[in-house]
This record gives sequence, C-alpha cells and structure tokens, in this order.
Amino acid sequence: MAVKDRIPPVERKPEERAKDFEEVSLGYTEELAILEAKRCLQCKVPTCVSGCPVGIDIPGFIKEISKRNFEKSYRILKSYNSLPAVCGRVCPQEVQCEGVCVLNKAGKPISIGNLERFVADWAMQNNLEDKITIERKINKKIAVIGSGPAGLTNAAEMAKRGYVVDLYEVFHTPGGVLVYGIPEFRLPKAIVNKEVAFLEKLGVNIKLDIPVGFAVHPMELLETYDAIFIGVGAGTPKFMGIDGTELNGVYSANEFLTRINLMKAYKFPEADTPVKFAKNVVVIGGGNTAMDAARSALRLGANVTVVYRRSKVEMPARKAEIEHAKEEGIKFQTLTQPVRYIGNNGRLVAIECIKMKLGEPDSSGRRRPIPIEGSNFVIKADMAIEAIGTQANKLLLSQFEGLELNKWGYIKADDYGKTSLPKVFAGGDIVTGSATVILAMGAGKKAANAMEKFLY
Amino acid sequence: MNEILEKKKLAYGVHLFWIKNELIAKKAKPGQFVIFRTHDSGERIPITIAGVNNNKFRVIVKAVGKSTYELCKLQPGDKIADISGPLGMPSEIKFYGKVLVVGGGVGIATIIPIVQALISSGNDVDVILASRSREFFFLTDEFENAKNVYYVTDDGSFGDKGFAHEKMDKLLKEKQYDIAWAIGPALMMKACSEVAKKNNLKIWVSLNAIMVDGTGMCGGCRVLINNEMKYTCVDGPEFDGRLVNWDSFMIRLSQYREEEKLALERYLEKVGEPTWL
Ligand SMILES: Cc1cc2nc3c(=O)[nH]c(=O)nc-3n(C[C@H](O)[C@H](O)[C@H](O)COP(=O)(O)OP(=O)(O)OC[C@H]3O[C@@H](n4cnc5c(N)ncnc54)[C@H](O)[C@@H]3O)c2cc1C
Ligand SMILES: Cc1cc2nc3c(=O)[nH]c(=O)nc-3n(C[C@H](O)[C@H](O)[C@H](O)COP(=O)(O)OP(=O)(O)OC[C@H]3O[C@@H](n4cnc5c(N)ncnc54)[C@H](O)[C@@H]3O)c2cc1C
Ligand code: SF4
Ligand code: SF4
Ligand code: FES
Ligand SMILES: [Mg+2]
Repeated sequence: MAVKDRIPPVERKPEERAKDFEEVSLGYTEELAILEAKRCLQCKVPTCVSGCPVGIDIPGFIKEISKRNFEKSYRILKSYNSLPAVCGRVCPQEVQCEGVCVLNKAGKPISIGNLERFVADWAMQNNLEDKITIERKINKKIAVIGSGPAGLTNAAEMAKRGYVVDLYEVFHTPGGVLVYGIPEFRLPKAIVNKEVAFLEKLGVNIKLDIPVGFAVHPMELLETYDAIFIGVGAGTPKFMGIDGTELNGVYSANEFLTRINLMKAYKFPEADTPVKFAKNVVVIGGGNTAMDAARSALRLGANVTVVYRRSKVEMPARKAEIEHAKEEGIKFQTLTQPVRYIGNNGRLVAIECIKMKLGEPDSSGRRRPIPIEGSNFVIKADMAIEAIGTQANKLLLSQFEGLELNKWGYIKADDYGKTSLPKVFAGGDIVTGSATVILAMGAGKKAANAMEKFLY
Repeated sequence: MNEILEKKKLAYGVHLFWIKNELIAKKAKPGQFVIFRTHDSGERIPITIAGVNNNKFRVIVKAVGKSTYELCKLQPGDKIADISGPLGMPSEIKFYGKVLVVGGGVGIATIIPIVQALISSGNDVDVILASRSREFFFLTDEFENAKNVYYVTDDGSFGDKGFAHEKMDKLLKEKQYDIAWAIGPALMMKACSEVAKKNNLKIWVSLNAIMVDGTGMCGGCRVLINNEMKYTCVDGPEFDGRLVNWDSFMIRLSQYREEEKLALERYLEKVGEPTWL
C-alpha cells in the first residue's frame, strides 16, 4: 500500500506574512491533526522515540490524537516535555524524531512537531490547567541562574518537588533566547509568557534585572542556597573579525534580533529602541539564527541575501525555515565568504567576498570550504548581520572562582549537570555550547533529578 | 524598589537622582554602571553609579535625547520600570602614589566614587574639573579631601580658560603622576589620552558606547582596543585611553543620529517645551 502524503499545516501566504511579525504557520486544525495522526503506524519498536532527546512516547500521544482524546494526549506529552508548544514549533525535527520515523523510507515521516504543537495549543486554547502537584514542601533553597529553556525547566521541576526556588535573570523579561532571539513570527511570545506564568503559580520567585556575579556574588549563592543551577546560555556573539567590523551597519545577529524581538524596534518610533531600516541586507551564516535575522530584515522592508560559505545541503538551519525564507523572497548566495567590509564615512556600503569550493570533510564531518583564489567580488550592502555562532556568556563565569571550565570556556559538567563544585549544577548552552531548546530543557530536567538526589 | 527618593537640578539639563535599590547600593563598586528602562516601551540606557548610601544609589543624568529627557521629567515618588546592575568591571582601585583624575561635564559627578576610593586607598589625588562655564560645576564640595582641585572652563568664567587636556599638559610639566583617569565627553577623553601618551602615563577612560543589554550578549558596544575587539559592557567600561581607537569609537556613537533626532522631535511635539530641564 502506498504511504499517504504528509498533511501540511495551514500557513499564511508568503506575500502576506512577509510584511508583519505575526506567526507564519497556523498549525493544524483538529481535523487535519486527526488525519495526520492516523497516518502513524503505531510501530511496536518506535524508532521515532530514539530521535527525541527527551524520549517522548510519540506513538502514545499520537494515538490519543487519532482518537480525539486531546486532553489525554496532552498529559502524555507534558509528562516528558514541559514546553511542548515551544518544541513543536522550534525543534529541528528532521534530524531528531521525524528524521528516524520509519516512514522516512518513503520520504513521508509523520509530522510529529506539528502534532505536538497542535496538542499543546489545543490545551492552551481550552484553558487546560496544568496539574500542579506539589507533593510536599521542603525547606531547602534553590537558586536558578538564567531563565532560558534550561533555567525555566529546572526551576519548574524543583518547585514541583517542593523546593523554594529563586530564578534570577539579568534581563527585564524572562525566557532567554526564546524572547530575545527567536522571532515572534516563529514563536509567539504569548507562549513563553504562559510558561512563565505557570512558574509563578508554582511559587517560583522570579528575580529580574539581576546580573548574578555582580549583584549577587557566587560566594553568597553558595552560602545562601542548598543547590544552584546555572543556565546562563552561550549568548556572546562571535564576529569573523574581518576588516571594517567596526563600521556602522555591521551587526551581530544577537544585537539585530534583540533590538527587534525584545525591544520591539520594528515599531520604532512607537518603541524607543531604534534599529536601522536598511535597503540591502546581507546575512552571513546558515543556521537558525541567520534565517531569523534574514526574515526579520525582510519584514523591515529590506532586500535580503544570505551568504553562506558551504553549499545549501550543509546549512544547519531547520529545513522548514530555509523553505520559508526562500518562499518569502530571500536570496541565497552559497559557497561565498566575506573577506572585507567596505565603508564610506564610517558607514557600510559594500562587502567584498570570495567564492569557495568544498574540499575534504573536516572534524565536523562536513566538507571544508576552501577559497578560490582570485574569485573576489563585491556585494552592495548597507547592513551586514553576522550569524556565525556564539560563545559562553562570561558575565557570571568571570566572577565564579573555582568553577571548572572546559577548553572552549563552557562549564565542565557530567550528563547529570554536576560541575566541579558540589552544590553547583549546570545545563543548556553554557555546558554544550550553542545547541537546541529541547536539549537545554532536557538538561534542566536531568539536573533537577541529580539535585534532588544530592539534597537527599 | 527603583523609586526616586530625591531629585535635584544641578544645572540646565543636568539632574541628580537618589534611587531606592538596596542590592545595587550594597554591591556597587566605583566605575560600575546600571541599565535603566524608564517605562515599558523604553530603551535600555546605561548610567554610571555616582555614589551610594544605605539602600539607595545616586546617578547624575544629562538630558541629551528622548530617553534622558523623559528620565529627567520624573519626580520623587515615581518609579523606574527596570534597573539592572551593577554592571561592568569596577575601576582598579589600589595604592599608586600620585594620581590625576580629570572629570568633564557629567564626568565631574561620575569620578566622585573613584576619587574617594583612591583617597581611601592612600593615594594623593589631584583633580581637574572641566566644564563649559561656571554654572556647569556641581558637587564640587565632594572633592574637598583631594590634594588639589583645578578648574577649567571653555569660556574662562571660572578657573583657567581652556580645555581639560591643556591643563593636564601643564600639570604634567610640573608634576609627576603614577596613573591618571579621565571621564567625560569623548573628545575630552581622546585629547587627555593623547597628552598621557606623550608623557608615558597610564590613563583610564570610561567609554560611553551605545549599549543594548550590557551583558556581553549583543556586541553592539564593541570597541577597538590596541586593535583588538572588546565589549565595553563586560570588558570595560574603563580602558587604557592610549590604546583606544577613538575615531571608530566616535563614529559608532553617531550610528542612530537620524533616529535619535526623530525620536526627540516627536517627543517634544507631544509634551511641548521641555520646561523641566
Ligand atoms: C536566533 C536563534 C534562533 C534559534 N532557533 C532555534 C530553533 O529553531 N530550534 C532550537 O531548538 N534551538 C534554536 N536556537 C538555540 C536555542 O535557543 C538555545 O540552544 C537555547 O535557548 C539554550 O537555552 P539555555 O537555557 O541554555 O540558554 P539561553 O536561552 O541563552 O538563556 C540564558 C539566560 O540566562 C541569562 N543570563 C546570562 N547570564 C546571567 C547572569 N549572570 N545573571 C542572570 N541571568 C543571566 C540570559 O540573559 C538568558 O536569559 C536558536 C538560537 C538563537 C540565538
Ligand atoms: C557605561 C556608560 C555610562 C554612562 N553614564 C552616564 C551618566 O552617568 N550620565 C549620563 O547622563 N549619561 C551617561 N551615559 C550616556 C547615556 O547612556 C546616554 O546619554 C543615553 O543613553 C542617551 O539616550 P537618549 O535617548 O536620551 O539620547 P539619544 O538621542 O538616543 O542619544 C544621544 C547620544 O547618546 C548616545 N546613546 C544613545 N543611545 C544609547 C544607549 N542605548 N547606550 C549608550 N549611549 C547611547 C549616542 O551617542 C547618541 O548619539 C553613559 C553611557 C555608558 C555607555
Ligand atoms: S520534543 Fe522535539 S524531538 Fe522530541 S518529539 Fe517533540 S518535536 Fe520531536
Ligand atoms: S516511527 Fe513514525 S510511524 Fe512509527 S510510531 Fe513513530 S511516528 Fe509513528
Ligand atoms: S551592550 Fe550588548 S554586548 Fe555590550
Ligand atoms: Mg535614545
């Protein structure tokens, strides 16, 4: 029997969505979700589960959708993943759960991400209260530092287990990359706000605007709290370091996205934070951050080109985002590397690039890009956005004596988040380097288990 | 928290605030700053901590654009929506011997904690205070325990007529210093750094780069120090002035000139004459 085609989610038209910051994908309706759920073979040995970093019972939650038991489906999901509305939207499913679904052989894996999102959204629309079961109150204090997915999850887990939790965040809004990095059109902030409201219901004390390290010294943390979880992320942007990086018009993706997402600069002058509205924007990189920056620049009215030094197949961004970017009219210039920014009176006007070819695979297994001598050319650009990666956020680490770091400057921690200091646990990007939401979340949860063991 | 307890006009467009915030008051070290967000749609603006007392800290704000005009309009009892801090690396305070500290404009206020800490560490501190004209000096009584205080004004209405770096040059011909600080407008810091360089004197300057987060997360505050990229908010804000690439620093300060002009015009259309300045 031929495998039925994947049911596509409802999406807004490219012409329409490219003009605003509203969500691009509208997801499944109930009927579409049921149709898609019915495609699942309910495998005895479900390979999909092995592809999910938190091992969600995927056939289990999908089966309940096919029976229209959405609430039951939600409970199953929630028991594995505290942020299903987020993960359903942003997980790189094609290399995780969907990438190992048996139906891949026919090129038509189950849309696990869209189904997960559907159930989570359904629960939210139907005001399905998350069951708050705090078994017992324990008079022990936990400090969680950083409110990205790792910190949010750890704080929720510890609060549910009855601990007194203080969650520290240096920004004025909790959520980490979920609020300052990933744009509204991919992840509505209302979803993050709901998760934060849930933490408050659990009794977590959210302490905003506090740079831990300076306002609260690590020694104080060690004295005041019974255990500490560090989830400060890998938020410091790298630059290629080519000539002209100081020119006006050259941004890191983090700065550009923060101005737009967290500070709402797209509404300038209604919002006070400015961002340049450029004509010709070049985004450098091929990951999710690059796609988010490119699509945000497009929504500000720019003509956008993504420049990437390898070829399209090596691009690490989620497939869906690359497709969306193409549909919206973003151009891709692959096998190209900028070598110099060209300025006029301190402002960027163009970028000199060189063409690349692919050589032997490097340590990451991807074929290494090699410059083709003499192939230099110039692209006109009044804005360049570098999205070439990030490194450890040192705001806290620079003040934390005795905490061991690895050779890349990330915190040394085992699989359970244990660091070189007995009371101190860590997880998320600050341990692994820039990774994914689901891995950060999983790390927050694993560390909660280890912290509970440590405290008992 | 974050309530304005006291406000005082020091000169036209220059206002002093005491703000309630126990954590910042307790933890602030000389040279550090905070980030303000005046209200929910406000931008994040960095302001130096210019003194602490029990559960409150002091800032001196110069109105230069929309956000600072708005801030200066607030009154005792009003609250600042968000204040994050203290941020930045503190000044390197220790015993050096003889120290020269130059403060210009609002810098007159921001050097106070540094001067006081240097004196407490046993240093002999000479101070140059520079401003446009006589009415732009303030808080000068807080320099009483300095060895010498020299005044310079652009128009000669008080102290020597001229610029801070000219006074500095003169002093360096007569006296020996072990280290210097200069905090004020970029042009002043640049000129003082050139004088220091000529005299082989180490000089700290505090860079007022355009910031967003103040936590090392955006790279917008990047500056070139000895040709190396540094982030002002986490590696600074103080750097050796002799190593700063001043040209690129000043160009970056003008990044949003058109937007800033528009924002202020719109704001003034809404509120009318800024009589409160
Ligand atoms: C633009 C962009 C797009 C992305 N898209 C995807 C995607 O589609 N799918 C996906 O799976 N992943 C994506 N990622 C990666 C994912 O967002 C991260 O892996 C994840 O957010 C890491 O979570 P975290 O909790 O470790 O840290 P973060 O989310 O970085 O949160 C850390 C928090 O700690 C705070 N903090 C830091 N220092 C201190 C301190 N000293 N005191 C107090 N607070 C502090 C920070 O302000 C921040 O809020 C994307 C990342 C970016 C930047
Ligand atoms: C570490 C540091 C300490 C500072 N301390 C003080 C202080 O104690 N008192 C004081 O009055 N001012 C201080 N400033 C400068 C103050 O932050 C700016 O004057 C203020 O942000 C201007 O905002 P605006 O909207 O009123 O003016 P705008 O019209 O927006 O800008 C006027 C000028 O201020 C600068 N500026 C604009 N936005 C920012 C920003 N987000 N961050 C930094 N600079 C910006 C630019 O050079 C701009 O051209 C400090 C700056 C830094 C970086
Ligand atoms: S959490 Fe992510 S990887 Fe796991 S099933 Fe959901 S979408 Fe797939
Ligand atoms: S592998 Fe695919 S078809 Fe099989 S249970 Fe998982 S999702 Fe369903
Ligand atoms: S202000 Fe963003 S890195 Fe310094
Ligand atoms: Mg402004």
